[in-house]
Amino acid sequence: MFDNVKIVYHQGKQFIPDVTTAKVPGIFRGRPVISTEKVNEAELVELCPLDAISANPVSIDLGKCNFCGECAKQFPNKIKFTTDYQNSTNERDRLIIKEGEDQPIEVNQETIRKEIRQLFGRSLKLRQVSAGGDNSCEWELNATNNVNFDVSRFGIDFVASPRHADGIVITGPITENMAEAVQICYDATPDPKIIVLVGTDAISGGIHSGSSALNRSFLDKYPIDLYIPGNPAHPLTIINGLLDLTRKR
Amino acid sequence: MNYTTIKNNQTIPVAYIPEIEYEDFFGLNTGFLFNRPERHCVNYFGYHVGNQIKLICCIADDTTHQIYVSSSIVNTSEKFDSFTARNLNFEKFEREIHENFGIKYKDHPWLKPVRYAKNRADLKQTIANYPFFSIESDELHEVGVGPIHAGIIEPGHFRFICNGEQILHLEIQLGYQHRGIEQQFLEKKKLLQRTILAESITGDTVVGHTTAFSQIWESLCGFQVSRDIEFARTIALELERIAIHTGDLSGVCTDIAYQLGNSVFGRLRTPIINFMQEWGGNRLSKGLIRPGRNQYPFTPELAQRLTDILALFEPDFDEMNYQLFHLPSALSRFERTGVVTYDDVLSIGTVGMAARMSGLNRDVRSSHPFGLYPEIDHQPIIKHHGDVYSRVQIRKAEVKQSIEYIRDLIQNIPEYDETEPKFEGPKPDSFTLSLVEGWRGEICHCAITNDKGELIQYKVKDPSFHNWLALALAVRNNEISDFPICNKSFNLSYSGHDL
Repeated sequence: MFDNVKIVYHQGKQFIPDVTTAKVPGIFRGRPVISTEKVNEAELVELCPLDAISANPVSIDLGKCNFCGECAKQFPNKIKFTTDYQNSTNERDRLIIKEGEDQPIEVNQETIRKEIRQLFGRSLKLRQVSAGGDNSCEWELNATNNVNFDVSRFGIDFVASPRHADGIVITGPITENMAEAVQICYDATPDPKIIVLVGTDAISGGIHSGSSALNRSFLDKYPIDLYIPGNPAHPLTIINGLLDLTRKR
Repeated sequence: MNYTTIKNNQTIPVAYIPEIEYEDFFGLNTGFLFNRPERHCVNYFGYHVGNQIKLICCIADDTTHQIYVSSSIVNTSEKFDSFTARNLNFEKFEREIHENFGIKYKDHPWLKPVRYAKNRADLKQTIANYPFFSIESDELHEVGVGPIHAGIIEPGHFRFICNGEQILHLEIQLGYQHRGIEQQFLEKKKLLQRTILAESITGDTVVGHTTAFSQIWESLCGFQVSRDIEFARTIALELERIAIHTGDLSGVCTDIAYQLGNSVFGRLRTPIINFMQEWGGNRLSKGLIRPGRNQYPFTPELAQRLTDILALFEPDFDEMNYQLFHLPSALSRFERTGVVTYDDVLSIGTVGMAARMSGLNRDVRSSHPFGLYPEIDHQPIIKHHGDVYSRVQIRKAEVKQSIEYIRDLIQNIPEYDETEPKFEGPKPDSFTLSLVEGWRGEICHCAITNDKGELIQYKVKDPSFHNWLALALAVRNNEISDFPICNKSFNLSYSGHDL
């Protein structure tokens, strides 16, 4: 008993007091900034392994970007990855960063469905579905609930059954073998419900985009309420995205 | 000679691998493993050569540090003697060959589907109509779990046959995570795309799988790797081991409802993966390992940071472990729970931790060393009971061992070699095999090129491929309530298995 108390004492305070302003350590690759410097655009476009970069004007689609950082390494004056991790949004277009722009990615307050704020503003229960995810976003979703990030302090929890959930969180590119299970899980979630996509694989298929083993037709059927980019998405990106969607700051 | 001998990471012309009649191929490879616990099959796969299928079998010998490779060409119209009837090591491989190519066997005990790969032979078989094993009985009942599980984990279906609370049989059905990784290796032509693909095989073993791919590529291209690259990979592999083992100790504590252990181990993982981010910009090490290149050099400043982090990590880790391993209520859940015997792990050919838990010494770091491991003189940590306790103890001891290795390694940081790598392009008509000891165990990648040096076959074998069967055996005669802790103590990969 006393030994347990001693351990608790030794651990001290581990939680991040303010998840909106916390700094991430080191060289985190968050939202990129593209300068207006002239470069060989064809070479830059060709370099990207996931076709996330377009030319004229140069832009990066964070829904496709793998955050490998190769473009910033080869074109250091053109592209820089900042440590800004607040990259979630409810509109797919907002994930596209154009050259010369240095503005945070935000949830469009105008287009959030009304019932989301009303019903989920203080309590949000989510059912996570891994559909071909490589277990990296899954690790980070689990991390949101550890003692450091502690997302449950905001009333956000991951629950065991879709019947108890207010929405589903999808990771992975949705494989053909998993497509039916995703649909069943969504159908079992009571209305009104939200869909959140976490990670590049879920948003665009990521590196697996174009693989014949995928079946992404589920995503064409329903509106997506939140896109959380990253490979994997950082726990702070996930938490801030969910907070921005469900409550006023 | 009807086989050829190679070392880990060695490239040879495909023509050097003798092509023998199936009968001899069968006798040779089952003979290799007969009464030789130091040998096991690291990869056995097929690929199309015209209308026929070429089978390649690779047997590793841990005492001679060699790999014996042989091949045979077969037709799908014939029926063959199965290796499995002689030795269960081959069970999973033959099921995979059957599923992918439709090769028929006379006496394979159970050709149940492996993963319903997109390019399987019989597209009429789908995951929705999987043929579960069942027992007719009024006393027994079945419990089905999945593919979606209660926690935030990957999908897979578990079907238990129980007598009351007691599990008689567990069947594990996988394939939900199948993304067509092996096929994509051939379709995606850019090196960076393939590297990212290797990172995506399973996100918890990024360093392990990317190192295996990098070694394959470097060997195929005849590229000489500088010491700083090998140094970075070795450090990263050991850090990945520390991070995941610590996270798994947290998971095990969750499953026995020990909240303090869950919280403390869970938070201890954070500084380690945050260090990976400081080093390479990603908590799960994505973007760090690249073929031929030291993408993020390990600087003396990083070494100092890591020394400080480990100095804070270790006392907390020790304190928590002391408490956990002296807690009678925890030990009673660990000891004699989920036992797999030495004979069982040997016969099914488990690798890594799932072998070392039962006294079977399987560790690529000492048996087929790569990177800087030849200098480390690694002594694998072996336990003998094959229960949850053994698996938890291995985790604790391996974390401590990895910390020691890292402390030794960072005494001498090699100089950063800035020269941009120049790849010649892969050698034509070649075969390469790479073995890497990830935190789960042995990762094996194989590649074959055609006459133009293009990849025509890329084969990935995650340690989970064999080890899932060990979990199914472990839970027999245990209470169904002990399943979570058995499962967590193995922590096997769904995505690594399904590819």
